[in-house]
Amino acid sequence: MSSVQIRDVRKSFGNFEVLHGVTIPIEDGQFVVLVGPSGCGKSTLLRMLAGLENITSGTISIGDRVVNNVQPKERDIAMVFQNYALYPHMTVADNMGFSLKLRNAGSDEINKRVKRAAEILALSPLLDRYPRQLSGGQRQRVAMGRAIVRDPQVFLFDEPLSNLDAKLRVAMRTEIKELHQRLKTTTVYVTHDQIEAMTMADKIVVMHDGIVEQMGTPLELYDKPDNQFVAGFIGSPAMNFLKGHVRVNGVATFEGPNGVKLPLKTAPVASDGRPAVYGVRPEHFTIADDGAEAEIIVVEPTGSETQVFAKLGGEQVVAVFRERHQFNPGDKVRLKPEPSLVHLFDDATGKRMNA
Amino acid sequence: MADVAIPRAKPQMSEDSAWIQLKHNRNWLGFWFMVPAMAFLIFFLAYPLGLGIWLSFTDTRIGRVGHFVGTENYEWLWDDSIFWLSVFNTLLYTFVASALKFAIGLYLALLLNENMPFKAMLRAMVLIPFIVPTVLSALAFWWIFDSQFSIISWSLKHLGLINQNINFLGDTTWARICVIFANIWRGVPFVAITLLAGLQTVSPSLYEAATLDGATRWQNFRYITYPLLTPIIAVVMTFSVLFTFTDFQLIWAMTRGGPVNATHLMATLSYQRAIIAGQLGEGAAISSAMIPFLLAAIMVSWFGLQRRKWQQGESND
Repeated sequence: MSSVQIRDVRKSFGNFEVLHGVTIPIEDGQFVVLVGPSGCGKSTLLRMLAGLENITSGTISIGDRVVNNVQPKERDIAMVFQNYALYPHMTVADNMGFSLKLRNAGSDEINKRVKRAAEILALSPLLDRYPRQLSGGQRQRVAMGRAIVRDPQVFLFDEPLSNLDAKLRVAMRTEIKELHQRLKTTTVYVTHDQIEAMTMADKIVVMHDGIVEQMGTPLELYDKPDNQFVAGFIGSPAMNFLKGHVRVNGVATFEGPNGVKLPLKTAPVASDGRPAVYGVRPEHFTIADDGAEAEIIVVEPTGSETQVFAKLGGEQVVAVFRERHQFNPGDKVRLKPEPSLVHLFDDATGKRMNA
Repeated sequence: MADVAIPRAKPQMSEDSAWIQLKHNRNWLGFWFMVPAMAFLIFFLAYPLGLGIWLSFTDTRIGRVGHFVGTENYEWLWDDSIFWLSVFNTLLYTFVASALKFAIGLYLALLLNENMPFKAMLRAMVLIPFIVPTVLSALAFWWIFDSQFSIISWSLKHLGLINQNINFLGDTTWARICVIFANIWRGVPFVAITLLAGLQTVSPSLYEAATLDGATRWQNFRYITYPLLTPIIAVVMTFSVLFTFTDFQLIWAMTRGGPVNATHLMATLSYQRAIIAGQLGEGAAISSAMIPFLLAAIMVSWFGLQRRKWQQGESND
């Protein structure tokens, strides 16, 4: 186990720069999730960490050692690939023991460690099978077993759950988190699924177009997104954005599209009349008499909650209610955002304006 | 009414059924679809093969119907040192050429699988020897190895390495080397391109995983590439061995089996005895003598081609 420091790392393919100076400190034993839309550079960063891509500039260190020019096998990391990359011609046991075999470990040592890893992952009855004879979830576990056996400084996961069906994905998510709690090995996990990021991470790094948009704990990112991109990326259903202007006439309000008045707890300093984007999460709407009038378009009950799509000032918004209202399409309701939970972003830069 | 109706219906039905059944019955329909392929195989494969084997037990000559003579032809061959020389030549030719074709083909395939400039063009170029008609390339080699005008002798002389032309196709050892070289030149593209196709089915992430597991380049080949390639190697080498063993064109165009029968293969000897000398029965016996060797080669690959355990599907436990 050890910490990982990524300092001002850049990566270019030819003249095309895909990572524009990324700095991420990772503490010993932390579970860090790199999340972002496809093409944001998260997988490239992970591969650079693994040593499968070279580093154009900046440094990556594992523990106290800068690993820029260290061979992958000497970095003491283990990686779980999206397609698992199991060796099809080797049994589960041979797959898991391969790295030890290459390091000339004795067969007793290999057996012992493979057995231990198999017990941790409930793979013991499958050790003599070939990857073809395993289900998706079992293959996934073998891939993790291959990583565990080596007892590395850092685990790297590259979208490991994206080939599994929805139900299995949820189960494996818990399993991986549990495993991390047990082994406490520093882990870097790449995904494009923000729910995976939220549920598993100690620290989330949101990446977009080759830069880090924000780093923090899942709830920090949810409660206080630094910018409009993070606000829109974290949370499901996504945050509603309404364009308009801040108005301060004694009381701070937000003038939304078509003159809709929306509440603000406080206005940022000297912001009267400034164009801004008003962000409110679907779960932060309430029905109140002093709310803004909206027309319901679609109602989607999921059982535990109800998603309501409505037109507010001509813009479509989505609201989520846990209590059961009787809504019908075409109904007029008064939606009120909870002022203390509202986010305000600069219209031009997308930066957060309110505290 | 009933009496009348039945006789009327009956003949009509039985008249239809034979023809209609042949037209509409699914089993017959399947048979009709098979007929063209079957006819082709029977006329052009099974019949000639059967005829060849039959001829080998007769004393047929060109222009004269033969009589059954039992195994007399084979008994003759058993005591014929030229036949045994041709067997030795064929085995030598097949073994050396196939082994080198495999080695060079695998090396080329690995090379072409790397990322390099002009990859597509290089891959296409490798195929050239395979595209040129055999006889044409044989003629080219004939000139290259000519005793007077050989470009190799000429070059070596100008480099001052030799004083006299090398008698490539006139010396027994040189002649064998030359025909084997020509066969390799011609056969390598097939091996290389097929193995390249096999290499490309290996997922790059396996190499990445192995690299992270600590494998060197050699270990990558030894533990990942080679085992995953074995099924393709079995197929390609079976074909390569069969083609080489039955080779005729190249030898006939370059040496006609000479000098002193040093490059006579079973196929060329069979042609010489059967067609040139007119002893169809004896020639057929030589050809038929190739069958056990070919069967042996096929058996080897058949066992080599057995699905390996790791290739098998979902069977449990």
